[in-house]
Amino acid sequence: MFTLLSINFGASEKGSRRVQCTWQGILEVGLWLLNIGALLFFLSGCDATPNNPYPNDKRDANIYYAAFSEQPKTLDPARSYSSDEAVFTSQIYEPPLEYHYLKRPYELSPLTAAQMPAVSYYDKQDRLLDKDAAGSSVSYTLYTIHLRNDIQYQPHPALARDGKGQYRYHELHQRNLKDIRTLSDFPYTGTRPLRAEDYVYEIKRLASPRVQSPIFGVMSHHIVGFEEYHNRLKAAYAKAAQENKLFVDLRGYALEGVSIIDDTTYQIKVHGKYPQMQFWLAMPFFAPIPWEADAFYSQKGLQENNISLDWYPIGTGPYRLIENNPNRRMVLAKNPNFRKVYYPTEGGAQDKAEGILKNAGKPIPFIDEFKFTLEKESIPQWTKFLQGYYDQSGISSDSFAQAIEVTSDGKMILSKALQQKGIRLRTSISLSSFYYGFNMLDSLVGGHSERARLLRQAISIAVNEEEYISVFLNGRGIPAQGPLPPGIFGYHEGQAEYNSYIYQRQNGHTVRKSIEEAKALLVKAGYPDGRDEKTGEPLIISIDAPDSGDPDGKARFLWLRKQLAGIGIQLSIRATDYNRFQEKMRSGNAQLFFWGWQADYPDPENFLFLLYGPNGKVKFGGENAANYDNSEFNVLFDQMKSLPNGAKRQAIIDTMVEMVRHDAPWIWGFHPINLSLQHEWVSPGNPSDLVRNHLKYLSLEAPFREKLRKQWNRPIIWPIFILTSMLIVLLIPIIIRFWLKRRRPAIQYDRE
Amino acid sequence: MLYIVRRIAYAIPILIGVNLITFALFFMVNSPDDMARVHLGNKYVTEQEIDNWKEERGYNEPPFYNSQSIGIERYTHTLFFEKSLSLFAFEFGISDGGRNIGSDIKQRMFPSLAIAIPILLIGLLADITVAMLMVFFRGSYVDTVGVISCVVLMSISALFYIISGQFLIGKVLQLVPISGYYDSWLGLKFVILPVIVGILSGIGSGARWYRTLFLEEINKDYVRTARAKGLSEIAVLYKHVLKNALIPILTGIVVLIPTLFMGSLLLESFFSIPGLGSYTIDAIHQQDFAIVRSMVFLGSVLYILGLVLTDIVYTVVDPRIRLS
Amino acid sequence: MNLSFKFVILPTDALLWLVFLIIMGFVLFARGKMQLAAHWYQVFHRRPLTIIAAALLGVFLSISLLDSIHYRVMLPQNNNSDPNFYDAHISSVFDKIVSPLGTQTEKTYSSPLSSDPDLKNHYHILGTDKIGQDVFYVSLKSIRTGIVIGILTTLVMLPFALFLGLIAGYFQGLADDIIQYIYTTLSSIPGVLLIAASVLSMHIFIEKNPLAFPNIAERADLRLLSLCVILGITSWTTLCRLLRAEALKLREMDYVQAALSVGVRKTRIIFRHILPNVMHIIMIVIVLDFSSLVLAEAVLSYVGVGVAAETFSWGNMINSARLELAREPVVWWPLTAAFLLMFILVLSANIFADAVRDAFDPRLRKRR
Repeated sequence: MFTLLSINFGASEKGSRRVQCTWQGILEVGLWLLNIGALLFFLSGCDATPNNPYPNDKRDANIYYAAFSEQPKTLDPARSYSSDEAVFTSQIYEPPLEYHYLKRPYELSPLTAAQMPAVSYYDKQDRLLDKDAAGSSVSYTLYTIHLRNDIQYQPHPALARDGKGQYRYHELHQRNLKDIRTLSDFPYTGTRPLRAEDYVYEIKRLASPRVQSPIFGVMSHHIVGFEEYHNRLKAAYAKAAQENKLFVDLRGYALEGVSIIDDTTYQIKVHGKYPQMQFWLAMPFFAPIPWEADAFYSQKGLQENNISLDWYPIGTGPYRLIENNPNRRMVLAKNPNFRKVYYPTEGGAQDKAEGILKNAGKPIPFIDEFKFTLEKESIPQWTKFLQGYYDQSGISSDSFAQAIEVTSDGKMILSKALQQKGIRLRTSISLSSFYYGFNMLDSLVGGHSERARLLRQAISIAVNEEEYISVFLNGRGIPAQGPLPPGIFGYHEGQAEYNSYIYQRQNGHTVRKSIEEAKALLVKAGYPDGRDEKTGEPLIISIDAPDSGDPDGKARFLWLRKQLAGIGIQLSIRATDYNRFQEKMRSGNAQLFFWGWQADYPDPENFLFLLYGPNGKVKFGGENAANYDNSEFNVLFDQMKSLPNGAKRQAIIDTMVEMVRHDAPWIWGFHPINLSLQHEWVSPGNPSDLVRNHLKYLSLEAPFREKLRKQWNRPIIWPIFILTSMLIVLLIPIIIRFWLKRRRPAIQYDRE
Repeated sequence: MLYIVRRIAYAIPILIGVNLITFALFFMVNSPDDMARVHLGNKYVTEQEIDNWKEERGYNEPPFYNSQSIGIERYTHTLFFEKSLSLFAFEFGISDGGRNIGSDIKQRMFPSLAIAIPILLIGLLADITVAMLMVFFRGSYVDTVGVISCVVLMSISALFYIISGQFLIGKVLQLVPISGYYDSWLGLKFVILPVIVGILSGIGSGARWYRTLFLEEINKDYVRTARAKGLSEIAVLYKHVLKNALIPILTGIVVLIPTLFMGSLLLESFFSIPGLGSYTIDAIHQQDFAIVRSMVFLGSVLYILGLVLTDIVYTVVDPRIRLS
Repeated sequence: MNLSFKFVILPTDALLWLVFLIIMGFVLFARGKMQLAAHWYQVFHRRPLTIIAAALLGVFLSISLLDSIHYRVMLPQNNNSDPNFYDAHISSVFDKIVSPLGTQTEKTYSSPLSSDPDLKNHYHILGTDKIGQDVFYVSLKSIRTGIVIGILTTLVMLPFALFLGLIAGYFQGLADDIIQYIYTTLSSIPGVLLIAASVLSMHIFIEKNPLAFPNIAERADLRLLSLCVILGITSWTTLCRLLRAEALKLREMDYVQAALSVGVRKTRIIFRHILPNVMHIIMIVIVLDFSSLVLAEAVLSYVGVGVAAETFSWGNMINSARLELAREPVVWWPLTAAFLLMFILVLSANIFADAVRDAFDPRLRKRR
């Protein structure tokens, strides 16, 4: 259309004067631009896959493409705590331990440590105790960690030295910084071997008031001298600020709880018996940070360009971050200094069948680069995955119907369309619990009175989690029978995990009790039909939950209202922003609330402590948001926490779980199941919530991918041609009239 | 020259006003404690950490008057001075999420422009062309159909254009990448669809507005005179109508030019273009008020810049107007 | 008296009815005035399209008015000594009229007119949404939200614009400077950002004082009202500027100068001579703004600063539809329903606005 018009306008220009020329000229240039645009559009249409979002010259490269939806807030291992960030930090930073890639249940294995840490217990008089000493007799525990000696850091400017062995970039001046925008603008890099002092340095950082580690609070209960160290550092920083110094060398400040034995050995001293410490040692919080990095990043001019430990990690892992732009793209590339490591061989028969052992024994990592692209909206992400431009994808509840078919016996299999594309489905149960909690301090639903307990049980029956899972999660969840999710010690697999207060056994199946029974419980509690027996006042219960603003949020509330209406209870919804929600939880101003917990480590302690009295939210600011406080439970918890996994621990856990099932401080919600999809060209992975450093185990066949991409992305151009021809046909009479009219003097038309 | 200096001086109280408004909105109602909690996440947060966060981000000072300081510092060691007035030096500081806002803005400006400039220029051309056609055929069925289509086009929500464009062109026809952005000319194929959508969603109101402008001109006496001279319709339209209508058109557009930097909120976030528009939306979603504050300030500065530019353009286009 | 229901008057209900009464009053008033009546005659005369548009607007308005009479049903008594208790759920007359549309729910999505035997009620003209609500019902309920935003915003903005615009234009001097300063400042802040910031702050204020607004419907309504107020405060500047310019012109008119010279009071001049002569501007701006406000609601919902999630609104429907389009098979009906109804409302409003402008704008009138 514009092509035609521009010709016409051009033709009419002849013989007119200059002013006119200018304006028409501008118009014309513009229209030509449009034409060029259209031309380019069609040129790109000649490209086999015009919708390819990556540069064409890297089609066959050994690059893995993935999306990230949340911008990471920080990649500092001492601060980062979200799973979105762990995708990056876990590939770069190496704590001493890791979870074994293939073994289930989860098992810790050494990563940079030469072997598992030596654990020794001491009493108050510093006498060594036996391995199975009772928790109460232990005064402190020593973890001794020996490191491998073949580990080098990634190339990094902080470690760059000149010929005289001086650090090149530790005393930068403003003028040296003129051309520095990103870390890669520094011409020189250097490396050095990993030393025990780097691990110690990081532990000290966890206590630093400047770093603000999210686990400082927890660790100050466990690592000896942590709190006191924090205060000492505070004074040190204040002094440094007065002297206008930014860098405080933590090596100059000793922390009682950690000590360096030699270059490859260090010790951590922990209060009492705390077996969970080992799990922490597998998290990036306990990864090494060389003091040089801290010194380097503490320089003034760098922070202004976002060059800090938050954005430019320095690690020993298989990958390093070569492009960091949380607004667009994050790129991980192989660390050239990475040591020799091999793909694990100890897998089960099932792993073998699934092809997970295909690469067993080969040196890792396989893939040269991981390109993560920011993708906030789920639709484009999903579409690009189907087009072959992302190598893996999760499944949102909206793409579920397209991806998954549920067989008659409830098993989830891949839909035909996706099977034909060769896509693989991977399933894993996430170590988390989502639940509705009752505030035990509330006068109506809380407390240990029989009446409140019956009310809670009745509500727990009425809220049909099975329906929730099917409507909102497309069946991707397991109704919870108690606080523990599957995969955690203490959970009974299959039918044996059974909450007799909410469920009953029918023909060998566990089924939810009927609404009638819930109503009967209400009558027993003194609320027939949801009205108070004495006053006739209707029961109104309010729910507090953060208003996520996502479209499903509203539907969830309305759903819950429908459930409670089933037994005559009215629900008042108090959706608030996250802050207000937190505040209500802290002040105990809620009745019913919705919350979830994701495991930090695979130990029952990490779930049962959510119901431990001294961990109450209102009184002690802990994580027990229901403020459940049962002295018997508390005593058992203290015993259970330091026991090794075994029959004794199991028995105590069973008693504890039965106790809370009876008291029903939570409506036991569900444990989500994670589904993820992989394309055929990627080697089969073993997905898991805990093994986050798994990228090093992946491999892919890029030429095969390119072939399929071409096949799947043939552009459909004919509608464009049809549209253009329709437009032309429509325009012809107009053009004819235009042609006729333009030559005639205007006066004739001036009658309107 | 003097005029421009005065104009800029006049901008200062306005910007202070803008700062006061945003300050009131962000600090009076939403306390620094709240901000700290949003950004510290949900596991294991203690009061101590909140205090630390505030201290590190400099939110631990009183709003307007610091009674613990001495001398001038009573006014400078306050939230208002450090968080709001420092914006005048274009020191945006650190976002609540911990990144340097100034360098983010510098980086995100260009993708915004890559979308906004084509939409403005091509959109303007398209609007004027359609409007000219309608005026040329005024009174005939082309005009009527044109006006009705304009009204229909502008009655459709912009969201519809975006959602259906992405669905049809990106997903069904596979002609362009469904979303994303790339630097350099490789980014062209990412930009095409949002630009088309942007133009399409604006053409209804735009063309209709220009049509009204042209019609107003066309009834003026000088146009009649020109016709009386026997000029052809085309010549009348180009030589007289378009030229004279250019003043309101230009003034309408010059105000827009600086604000182009701010990007389009909707287009950018739907097509995940890493510009300032999506930056702002994300900041709103994450309640990162340091960013929102900076963007508000930047927007106001650019708007005022637009006003000054308009005045200058006025004098250039129409020498009769004197700046005073 | 033993009523089996109790009226609940939400703030927006009251205001919407107030506006309706004002319009009715105005109609009665206009009937008496020759000139006004003539203009309105011109709006409809020989314009079938405008008549259809006005009729559609009428339908939409009546739906929203009916949807603005709220009440709570009394719960059945279980023994005689009880005080009366009312259902916490608030329903409206409109719900009653279209019942049982609102209560016929399914488990989850079903396509329009689906005859799937799994459905409890087999007849949903426009299908059902994610939690099984009838889409037709939801989109009808959204009409009220759209209309409330379109109308109440104008109600908020009008006094500001009128008062300040005329004062600035007529008195000039210091008052003019101050008012100009205020509106330049306000309009220099990017609109969406100002709205977003104010709405976020307002939410926090509401959340901090939960006791004042115990009921969820009241809270949602307050959010709607606050949105209107904020939109009003951020959008009065345009009209104010127009009115100021017009007042500047009018005050130099001979008849104003004449009135001044015979000693008529200034306030009287403003009301008798200036206000009637700017009426057409006000009228035109109001009808033009209406449609853009309805469209704005959808965008604000997308940005996350729109009405409360539990309020029925087209914006909320469109917002959830983004995910629905990615489903297979595509769930297109909620999106279509929302767009269609919104389109009809905005199109009629635009057509109507055009007619009003043609009839009232003196410059355009000359041309006809």
